[in-house]
Amino acid sequence: MRKPALQFISASLLVVGGALFASSAHAGKTLDAIKQRDQVVCGVNTGLAGFSAADSQGNWVGLDVDVCKAIAAAVLGDAKKVKWVPLNAQQRFTALQSGEVDILSRNTTFTLTRDASLGLFMTAVTYYDGQGFIVTKKSKITSAKQLKNAEICVQSGTTTEKNLTDYFKSINVKMKPVVFEGFEASVKAFFSGRCQAYTTDASGLASIRNKEAAKPDDYLILPELISKEPLGPMVRRGDDEWFTIVKWAIYALLEAEEYGLTQANVDQMKTSTEPPIQRILGTSEDTGKLLGLDKEWAYREIKAVGNYGEIFERNVGPTSPLKLPRGLNNLWNKGGIQYAPPIR
Amino acid sequence: MRAKRRDWSWRSRATRGLIYQLLAVAAIATAVWFIAHNTLENMRVRGIQSGFGFLTQPAGFDIGESVIAFDSSDPYWKAFLVGLSNTLRAAVVGIVVTTILGTLIGIGRLSRNFLLRGVCAGYVELFRNIPVLLQLLMWYFILNEWLPPVAEALNPLPGVFLSKSGMSFPIPDWERGHGVTLVGLALGAVAAWAYRRWARAAFERTGIARPMVWPVLLIAVAGALLGWLAGGAPTALEVPVRNDLNIAGGGAVTPEFLAVTIGLSIYTASFVAEIVRSGIQSVSWGQTEAAGALGLSRGQALRLVLLPQALRVIIPPLTNQYLNLTKNSSLAVAVGYPDLVSISNTTLNQTGRAVECIAVIMAVYLTLSLVTAALMNWYNARSAIRER
Repeated sequence: MRKPALQFISASLLVVGGALFASSAHAGKTLDAIKQRDQVVCGVNTGLAGFSAADSQGNWVGLDVDVCKAIAAAVLGDAKKVKWVPLNAQQRFTALQSGEVDILSRNTTFTLTRDASLGLFMTAVTYYDGQGFIVTKKSKITSAKQLKNAEICVQSGTTTEKNLTDYFKSINVKMKPVVFEGFEASVKAFFSGRCQAYTTDASGLASIRNKEAAKPDDYLILPELISKEPLGPMVRRGDDEWFTIVKWAIYALLEAEEYGLTQANVDQMKTSTEPPIQRILGTSEDTGKLLGLDKEWAYREIKAVGNYGEIFERNVGPTSPLKLPRGLNNLWNKGGIQYAPPIR
Repeated sequence: MRAKRRDWSWRSRATRGLIYQLLAVAAIATAVWFIAHNTLENMRVRGIQSGFGFLTQPAGFDIGESVIAFDSSDPYWKAFLVGLSNTLRAAVVGIVVTTILGTLIGIGRLSRNFLLRGVCAGYVELFRNIPVLLQLLMWYFILNEWLPPVAEALNPLPGVFLSKSGMSFPIPDWERGHGVTLVGLALGAVAAWAYRRWARAAFERTGIARPMVWPVLLIAVAGALLGWLAGGAPTALEVPVRNDLNIAGGGAVTPEFLAVTIGLSIYTASFVAEIVRSGIQSVSWGQTEAAGALGLSRGQALRLVLLPQALRVIIPPLTNQYLNLTKNSSLAVAVGYPDLVSISNTTLNQTGRAVECIAVIMAVYLTLSLVTAALMNWYNARSAIRER
């Protein structure tokens, strides 16, 4: 009689004790942790062609992926030292909050609610997007205003649903959302004809049309963009140094494009005498020291993945399968709004 | 004999038992408090806002199908309510269909007809061995691939449309006459119940058996018919009409709802069938023979002798299946049905209140399951052996 009771008590004490010890995690800075494990843990989309998707060899490719690679190159000196954590829309913030990933680079829209109430920081915009619609050409719909009483397929867990409602409310047209949890199910439902339209970010529409449609030419992306969707990586609050590093790692890619530094010419450019280039490549001032990195941090980024323009072109640009125009994502001095603060 | 009330001592078994129990309760309470406190504290430190205050803010998203009226400017709690009503709709329809289907197949497995028996056995083995999520997706994709687009909607009966947008059918235009019909139906049901009571009493008194099934149904239907006539015999129907983009008016169910209810019913029915079969087989053959010896017909033997005894075996596991079906309805989100989980996912993503949203879902499913279990326990107590 006595023994089981004692065992029970000691077991309960163990449970309580275990909980006590578990609470003492999350000490130390993100950068220290990354250096110690020699790996950046990056949260990415489970599969969105052009932004983050695993190719046939299992390598992750895409614009969001290249951002993480650039950061790994800047911090650890090797773009391959990244652990990829594919996340769905529901998991992503919790994964970042709980410390499962160091950085969330997963086509995530920056909004006030997300910035102010989730314990997260938005870093820098890597892709200016807007929400749009795709329809079949057969339906003869050419404007979103014609989608009266239409059923519109949409994936849950995104800002998309709210934009959709807001837009149709503003033009005083009724519609019916059909909301799916999984990306695959929502896309399959649209292409099987369940809905008259599918909505997501315009970049996503291009990706879907290219990858999922049997005949991409049968589908039309409507001209209306109904929202602003600035996409970019997020980090946890409470580690300002890491926040700064991620921000400037992205700015460096933009600065590199602005000053003509490419993956191919970056080695020759080391001999350049132009002061801005010298500062970016760390041949004159040591900007890395201020960030807690070494002076060649930006050089390694460009060497590993190229400048922002090259990343864009390779993954989503006019020569890629997605064929997205550069548009807003061009540099500020070339008609776009990508504008990085100066590295100095 | 009552033991003399002893002064408590460390050696007394009762005292030690009490102390152990107190310690155990304290340990569990501490652990729960600790986990809750730690979670809240960690969230506070990381600047994650918490609390249920967001429930009164406007939701800002539309819901595709809803039993109760919902607008995007309504608060989050109302959105949750819409989700709950959709979950209940799928669960209730699913439970009714699965009970009927499962019972038929369970009885079919005991049939003397080899073909029928084989088909029923095949059904059970096929559907209970495939994960329910896959079945839901399968039904959904079958419906979506098989049905024509809206513009070419099937029109099997006048006013009934079948397309990828779902099934539209005429519904009566609501008039006061329909209210009278419902009152008539209620009165008819009361009269039928009174007839049954009287017939049973007469049977016990005189031994003359009167038919119990047909008259009861007839009385109820006659009541409804009289009510309908008294209400001015309203016949106006709201018939769905086909437009360019969709089919408007009338009643409608979406392919998502159909996929969820069909999938869940068919999956759960395979378990119900086994429960019904084992319940019937648990009644010994002697009972059937005894009923035959007393001159009862096969139907009477089944209804009066076999089923009442089988039900005792059937009801407890059947309750489990009802609970499973209700809980499995949370998979509806995979095929785009706006159930509680789907609404909660959207809310979670818009507000970032992960802990709160999950807590709401858990509390609701727990409540639903406990209510279902309580109802079934009550029915079980009613049909259990009453020892006299």
